[in-house]
Amino acid sequence: MKILSAWLRSYLPALEVSDRQLADDLTLRGIAVEGVFDLGPGNGSLFEMDITTNRVDAMNHYGIAREVAAIYDIPLAPLDASLPAAKPAKLPFPVRIEANDLCGRFTARVLRDVNIAPSSGDVTQRFALLEQKLIGNAVDATNFVTMAMGHPTHAFDLDKVEGGIVVRRAQAGERLRLLDGTERALAAEDLVVADEKRALALAGVMGGWDTMITPETKNILVEAAWFDPGAVRRSSRRHGLHTDASHRFERGADFAAAPIASALVSRLILAAGGHMEGELIDVVVPEIAARTIERPAISLHLREVARILGKTANGRPIDASTVERYLTGLGVGMQKAAAEMYVAALPSWRLDLEHEIDLIEEIARLHGYNRFANTLPPFAGSVTELPWAAKETALRRALRAAGYTEAIGSTFCSAIDAATFAQQPNSWVPLGNPLSEEVGCLRPSLVPGMLSMLAHNLNREVDDLRLFEMGAIFSGGTERVHEKPSLVLGATGTAIAPHPLAGMRDYSFYDLKGIAEELLARFVTKSIYFDTFPASTGLMPSWLHPARAARVVVDGETIGFFGELAAPEAQSRKLRQTVFVGEFDLERLFHRALRAPAVRDLSCFPAVVRDFSFTFPDAVHWRQIADALLSLAIQEMRSIEPREIFRDKKEASGQYALLLRAVFQAQDRTLRLEELHDWARRIFAALMELGGQPRFPLELL
Amino acid sequence: MTNQDTWPELPGYTDDILNEVFSHFQQRLNADLEGVETEDGREHLRIKWLGRKSGLLKQINDTYVQKTPPEFKKNVGHRFNAFRQSVEFELDPRKISKRTGIAVETLEQLGGGQSKKVVEKSVIDITLPGIRPTLGMEHPLIRTMQEIVRVFEHMGYSVGVGPEVETDYYNFEALNFPPDHPARDTQDTLVVARQEHKPLRDRLLLRTHTSPVQIRTMERQPPPVRIVIPGKVHRNDAADATHSPIFHQVEGLCVDENITFSDLKGTLDHAMKELFGSSVRTRFFPSFFPFTEPSADVQISCIFCGGKGCRKCKHSGWIELLGCGMVNPAVFEFVRGKQPAYDPKKISGFAFGMGVDRIAMMKYGISDIGLLYSGDMRFLEQFA
Repeated sequence: MKILSAWLRSYLPALEVSDRQLADDLTLRGIAVEGVFDLGPGNGSLFEMDITTNRVDAMNHYGIAREVAAIYDIPLAPLDASLPAAKPAKLPFPVRIEANDLCGRFTARVLRDVNIAPSSGDVTQRFALLEQKLIGNAVDATNFVTMAMGHPTHAFDLDKVEGGIVVRRAQAGERLRLLDGTERALAAEDLVVADEKRALALAGVMGGWDTMITPETKNILVEAAWFDPGAVRRSSRRHGLHTDASHRFERGADFAAAPIASALVSRLILAAGGHMEGELIDVVVPEIAARTIERPAISLHLREVARILGKTANGRPIDASTVERYLTGLGVGMQKAAAEMYVAALPSWRLDLEHEIDLIEEIARLHGYNRFANTLPPFAGSVTELPWAAKETALRRALRAAGYTEAIGSTFCSAIDAATFAQQPNSWVPLGNPLSEEVGCLRPSLVPGMLSMLAHNLNREVDDLRLFEMGAIFSGGTERVHEKPSLVLGATGTAIAPHPLAGMRDYSFYDLKGIAEELLARFVTKSIYFDTFPASTGLMPSWLHPARAARVVVDGETIGFFGELAAPEAQSRKLRQTVFVGEFDLERLFHRALRAPAVRDLSCFPAVVRDFSFTFPDAVHWRQIADALLSLAIQEMRSIEPREIFRDKKEASGQYALLLRAVFQAQDRTLRLEELHDWARRIFAALMELGGQPRFPLELL
Repeated sequence: MTNQDTWPELPGYTDDILNEVFSHFQQRLNADLEGVETEDGREHLRIKWLGRKSGLLKQINDTYVQKTPPEFKKNVGHRFNAFRQSVEFELDPRKISKRTGIAVETLEQLGGGQSKKVVEKSVIDITLPGIRPTLGMEHPLIRTMQEIVRVFEHMGYSVGVGPEVETDYYNFEALNFPPDHPARDTQDTLVVARQEHKPLRDRLLLRTHTSPVQIRTMERQPPPVRIVIPGKVHRNDAADATHSPIFHQVEGLCVDENITFSDLKGTLDHAMKELFGSSVRTRFFPSFFPFTEPSADVQISCIFCGGKGCRKCKHSGWIELLGCGMVNPAVFEFVRGKQPAYDPKKISGFAFGMGVDRIAMMKYGISDIGLLYSGDMRFLEQFA
């Protein structure tokens, strides 16, 4: 909003401070001046203002002048609403408020024999400084008065009005052409200013085309009214019309201002000729007057002022006379009701003042926030972290150490992605007013966002990537939304940073599995296993490669899926290298405690390493081999691990060679050769039972 | 100069004297080398300097090194060896390893008795870049958010969070945004589809601020409350360099008996000093939030110029950082149904909120908020 300092000063003859000082002092009291622009000699400054939505009273020059008067404790000139005498009317102009819950006051003034001409004087001069378009004296007058004292008014061409004015709800489907030229179909909840035949204006929002002022207009009806904020706001939103008038009415206009605004507008129009006919018609709805202009006074206790505001910087409490001065300056009627207690009559232009706390805020504001002390409240108690904070930290730390960088992706995805990545069929949440179709749903999974981020990098020639994201995913539907924390990992490119003298290796399924194992190892678990299912079962996510993907199950609960991205997904996203991705259910994982380190005694007896070299049919998986060896229950077997796997790439023999390493160690003794032979024999037998063929006889071990 | 030169005695064994003497030898060598053009000439020089019986090196050795008193021998010997290597390098190709450019003798010393060939093979170019382990980076928003949370934890605030999908009641109504109130316009809200059939208070939306967690916290526990709430929020804002439909906030709430506006000021002043350094100053301006009264915007003195005015603070010396205020009694009235102890006549409190993205962008000089949500490695790898 633009404000002229010279216009402010016209209401404040005693104001002495510079424009810049004035801007600073206003800003410190919450009437924010965002910019001060010099308009040249004699013109003062233009203030670019940012008035908070609760302070409609300050969205005009007189309202800001009122603040200035209170800040500096100087007089504020009254608005001159005097008018020449009216010629008598045969009959009072008929005005009827039918919608008496939505229109609290309607004033009408009849101006006859007016002369529609260009504006002059203050109007042209100030409009020029504000770069406000001049239209003609009648319309300019209504705009000028809105800028001067904030109350929107409207001028009708009286000769186009048939009969009197009726303020009523629209009939559903009733049509009205507005000043902007558009024709609107009205809703039954729209409040209109009508004549006996038809709607003339959308009340508090915009006037109608048919009754607008034209150069031929001879007689004018000046409307100054008070409309219900909610009603104006609903109509304004329904029709997508945000106007200067609606902006003010929906924030609560001054019930008392209508007659003054009417007088100011009429004076300006009559300056070019014409006369008033009859007195001002002023229809008031008592019930609405009772809750606005006549709302009851409220009590203000000095004790409350101190209890809420605390200490001032100079240590002196804000005393009764200061409180009285501040509030009186704002137009509050202060009556001392008891020691340390006032009854405060609230000004009609401040509908935002309703409770004692509102007055306390005004006191703090006028006193200046920075004149209060900086104190710290005493504290006795303990601080609690989120129950999962340590778990998140443990995951983040492990991931970063493993080379994964944290990223934050979009919360949204397209409906196609939502359907593809939803963890249960059709369990995803569409938005009612998305920014675009691409972001029309809440993400049911972190995977689509991760794929977008990987693609973003690959499209910029960054090819070696390891990213993770932790965040909420959303399932359910529009009736009920379930939100849970999730973790996604995405990786592509090389497994280790390239170096001219070191071997290169591409990131593989086993790298991703390894980090999954490492993350799960942070938690207390009884069993962890990995499995997979044929695509035909529908048990694996469709976005994973049918043969290079796994499910991970912890203590019987599915915690996540991971693996190579399925080719169709990679193609549709134009990912031109193999991508690995996995998503893990943190809600389930976080049910488990973090594992505390537990130490076992180190054995002082030597460990013995034994390698076993076998050929197995492809159908025999490591898991079976490991299970078979573990089921031997050899206590002294510290570890078994696959050391080397060899497959002849040229010959599809259906076989592979496995070098398996077992380490034996006892806590209480050096192992004897006979024991070792016995274990080796049992291991041989177990492996052969699985279909394994030893590549060297047992005797060679 | 001839082989029959007489050698003057050294006036002493200080570093200065030795430097001068050996640089004199080096100059003589350089002069000889400059005059040489043919292989014959080079061979002649080799004998002159390296001749076994009366080469200059031997003379230098006999005249000086051998006669040096024991306490200076190490120093002189060291210089002599260095000089000899440079003579050998120039005149005796056999004494320099062609493969490595290092004197064979040195290689043999390095090799601890291994042959030159073996040692030669083990020499590496230590100037090549190292093989660096890939370390993951912390996200600047997570880092900033944790820093802010930690500051308040140290001031006695516990940590709380709430859902990103909220009801109209928690996001607006209980925070004293009445239905159809213009204050709702300031927060363009993303809503879940098909909510029209529900009562307004039950309609689902993406929370536009972390403030709903204030209500949820108070409903759960009676006063006193000190809680800090980090979280992700969403608004229906088209993306540009300073706007993103996704952003992060940290919210705080303190409720107890006798909590005052000056406590709010002191708390935030202290927190800003903890976050940005003890020389930072704060100033408070009246503002408007439906759920606080009095409400304030807080500026800190510019952390880049100290308040003198620079490009980053638009030459004002101040940077706007926080919104805050005393909890509006109307908000306490909303939670009183579930927790009667929130009687606004007996207790009071303050709340504050800040944009994490803005703070991170300011701290790290990030010019486009979109980078924070792009997953762009070129951006993220800078947060090592």
